[in-house]
Amino acid sequence: MRPLRLFRRSFEHGVHPAHHKSQTEDLEIQRVPFGKDYVMPLGQHIGVPSQPVVAEGDAVRRGQVIAEPGGFVSSALHSPVTGTIREIGNLRGVDGRFAPAIAIEADAFATQRVKPDPAMDWESLSLEEFIDAVQMAGIVGMGGAAFPSHVKLSVPDGTRIRHLLINGAECEPYLTNDHRLMLERPEALLEGAEIVRRKLGAEETIIGVEANKPDAIEVIREHLQPGQPVRVVPLKVKYPQGAEKMMIKSVFDKEVPAGQLPRDVEVNVNNVGTIVAIADYFLRGMPLIERVVTVAGPGVTYPANLIVPLGTPVRDVVRFCGGLKGGTREIIMGGPMMGRPIASLDVPVLKGCSGVLVFTEEQTARRKEYPCIRCGRCLEACPYFLNPSRFARLARARMFDEMKAHHVFDCVECGCCTFACPSNIPIVQLIRTAKDDLTHRKESDA
Amino acid sequence: MKKRDPDLLLFHAPLLRQGMTTPKAMRDVIYALLPATGAALWFFGLSAVLIIVSCIAGAVLAELAFAKREQRGETLRDATGVLTGLLLALTLPPGLPMWMAFLGGFVAISLGKVIWGGLGHNLFNPALLGRAFLLATFPIAMTTWVPAAGGFFDIHASNLALPFMQAQVDGVTSATPLGMMKFEQEVTPLANLVFGRTGGSLGETSGLLLLLGGVYLWLRRDLDWRIPVSILLSVVVFSAVLTLFDGERFPSPLFSLFSGGLMLGALYMATDPVTSPVTPKGAWVFGIGVGVLVILIRVFGGLPEGVMYAILLMNAATPLIDRYTQPRVFGRGAKSP
Repeated sequence: MRPLRLFRRSFEHGVHPAHHKSQTEDLEIQRVPFGKDYVMPLGQHIGVPSQPVVAEGDAVRRGQVIAEPGGFVSSALHSPVTGTIREIGNLRGVDGRFAPAIAIEADAFATQRVKPDPAMDWESLSLEEFIDAVQMAGIVGMGGAAFPSHVKLSVPDGTRIRHLLINGAECEPYLTNDHRLMLERPEALLEGAEIVRRKLGAEETIIGVEANKPDAIEVIREHLQPGQPVRVVPLKVKYPQGAEKMMIKSVFDKEVPAGQLPRDVEVNVNNVGTIVAIADYFLRGMPLIERVVTVAGPGVTYPANLIVPLGTPVRDVVRFCGGLKGGTREIIMGGPMMGRPIASLDVPVLKGCSGVLVFTEEQTARRKEYPCIRCGRCLEACPYFLNPSRFARLARARMFDEMKAHHVFDCVECGCCTFACPSNIPIVQLIRTAKDDLTHRKESDA
Repeated sequence: MKKRDPDLLLFHAPLLRQGMTTPKAMRDVIYALLPATGAALWFFGLSAVLIIVSCIAGAVLAELAFAKREQRGETLRDATGVLTGLLLALTLPPGLPMWMAFLGGFVAISLGKVIWGGLGHNLFNPALLGRAFLLATFPIAMTTWVPAAGGFFDIHASNLALPFMQAQVDGVTSATPLGMMKFEQEVTPLANLVFGRTGGSLGETSGLLLLLGGVYLWLRRDLDWRIPVSILLSVVVFSAVLTLFDGERFPSPLFSLFSGGLMLGALYMATDPVTSPVTPKGAWVFGIGVGVLVILIRVFGGLPEGVMYAILLMNAATPLIDRYTQPRVFGRGAKSP
C-alpha cells in the first residue's frame, strides 16, 4: 500500500461529484461596486458573538473596528464601508432566524478608498502579540467553517508544529474562489505562508492543491524563492479532500486521533484565503473586510469570481451578475455539498461565504425516497469509516444515544453518504438532526 | 415595477447526488441476467419462456396483492418483483410444471419479502426462499432434469400439467453434471460446463454468460465484488485441498467452479445487497462462508447441489456478521462497538 500512496496522494473512501468548475475557473476576480446597505451579523464565526463598540448613528470609516471579540473563541468585526451605523439589533440571518447584527448604511458620496493602517513589523511581534493581532484583524477560517484563526494558531506550550499545511484543495464542486486566489495572488499566499510558518516555528510549508488545478500548482511553484521551505503537493481529485483531517491523511499518511486536533500530529492547517488575509493584514494593514466569492450555478446569468465587501446583501451580488434566471429554486451559501441554503436575497455575505450558488429545478427536485437496501455505498463513501446507513436507521427510530455510542460526533457532515445513497435517504440531514438533539439535550440537562 | 423575488427553498446540502437510484440498480441486475436468460431460451426453448413468465407472474401478483392500493404503481416501478421472479425461474428445472413455478414466484415475494416489511427488510434472499419452498414441496419435480429440448417449439408435456397434478416426465431424463459426479462419479467436460451444453436449471448452464453479466454489474458498481470473488476463491481453494486428499472421489476446482448454480448464486443471489453484509470485511466473511458451505454440502450432503442452502444459511448469519465487522472509525483504535 505504501508505495502506491505516493502516486495517488489521497485519503480513503470519499466520493467523486462532477466538478462543475468550468463555469468560473477561467474568470478573473473582479470587484463588486459598493452599494447602500450592509449587515454584519455579530455571530458570523464559530464561538462567542462579537461585542459592538459603536452606537446607532455613529459615523464609521471602512476598516474601522465596529465590534470587539466577545471572548477568546471570538473575533473582531470591521466596517466594510464608510458610512453610518443604521441599526444594532436583531436582523434576519442566513437561515431566516433573527440574530444580533450591525446594519450599516454606506455613504453614497464617500470614495470608499481609505488609507490602510501601516504595515506591521510582524517579525518583532511575540507569538502572543501575533495571535492577538490576528484576532483583532477579524481573521477567521475562510474555507467555510469561519473558525477564528487565532485559536487555531494558539499552540499550547509543549506542542510543536512541524508542518504548516495550506489548504488549496477546493474540493467542493462549483467553487473556484481559492483557485483564482492562488492564480492571481501567489505572492500574497507565499508571504502569508512565510509569516505563519515563522511565527509557528514550523519547518516547512505544504500547499495541498487538488490535481484538477495544474495552473495554480504551476504558478505557485514559479513564485517560490530559492531555498524557501515550501512544497506544493498535488492531491487526488476527490471529495472531501479539503476536510482538514482528510488532507493530513493524504499528505502525511497520518490519522488525527478522534477528538484531537491537527496540532496533535504536529500540523497546522489553514485555508488559502485565510493565509492571504493574514498577509494582507500584516503587510498591507487591511483587516478582514472583504473576501472572494464564487457566484455560479445554473440559475445565475453571468457567473463570476468577485471580491465582495462583507455584509453585502446577496441581492446586490446577484444583481451585479446579471440577476437570477427564471426557475431559480434555491440559493446556497458555500459549496453544494456542505453549504447552507439562504432564506432570502437580503442575507449578507459573511466571512465564511466562499460561494453564492444558484440552483434550479434539476438540483432541487423532490427525489423519491426508497427503502434502504443495505447496498453499502454510504459505508464506502464515508471518509470517517462510520456506518451512515445505521445512523439513518437509528435517527429515524430516534435512538440518538445509540448513535452517540457509534461515534456520531466523529461525523463532520461532509454529505458523502447522502450523495452516494441510491435510495435518496437524507442520511447526513438525519445525522445533523440527531447531533442537534444530543447537543441541546446536554445543554438543558446541565 | 419591482420584480418579485423567487420563493427560495431551504433543502439542506448536499444538493448533488450520484446518478444511481435503487430502481435503476434493480433494473441493472435484470439487464445483466439477459444474456443468461437468452441462453436458457436457446437451450430449453419455449419451456424456458413458460417457466420464466409463470415465475414473474406469480411474483408480481404477490406484489400487487399485498401492496396498499396507492402503492401499487410504485411497487411495480422498483422492479424487484420482476427481478425476484426472473432469478427464481433461472434456478428451476426446465421440465417443471408452470403452476409450480407460478406458486414459487408467489411464495418468494409473499414469504420472502412482504411479510418482513417489504423491500430492504427481508433476512433471506426471496428468490432462494421461493426455491427452497418448491424443493421442499415438490422434491421430485424439482430434481427431475430433462435434456435440452429438440427444437425451440418443443414443449415438455410436464410444463403444462394442470395445477396440483404432476405429469409423468416425458421420455428421457438426464442428470446434471453435479448429479453425475455425485452419484455416478462421471465428470462432465469443462468446455460443456463453460458454454452451457449440460443439463441443469434454466440459468445455471452457461457460466460464461453469467460471468459476463457479473462484469457488467461490477462496472456499474451495482455489486460488491468481494462477495463473488470470495465465494469463488474459497470454492477453488477448498476443493483443491479436497482433491489433494483424494483426486478420484472429490471434484476438481474448475469443475466445482463451473458446475451447478455456483456462478448464478455467487454473482446474483449472494450479492443481493439486502441479504448480504453491508461492511466490506463482512462481505469477505460471508463469501468465504458460502464457498465453504457449498463444497461441504455438495461433497458430504445428501443432495448434489448446495448453493441455495449455503446462501440461505449465510443470509441468516448476516446481521451477526455485520455486527462484528464494523469498520475501524477514522482516528480511532482497532476496537469499535
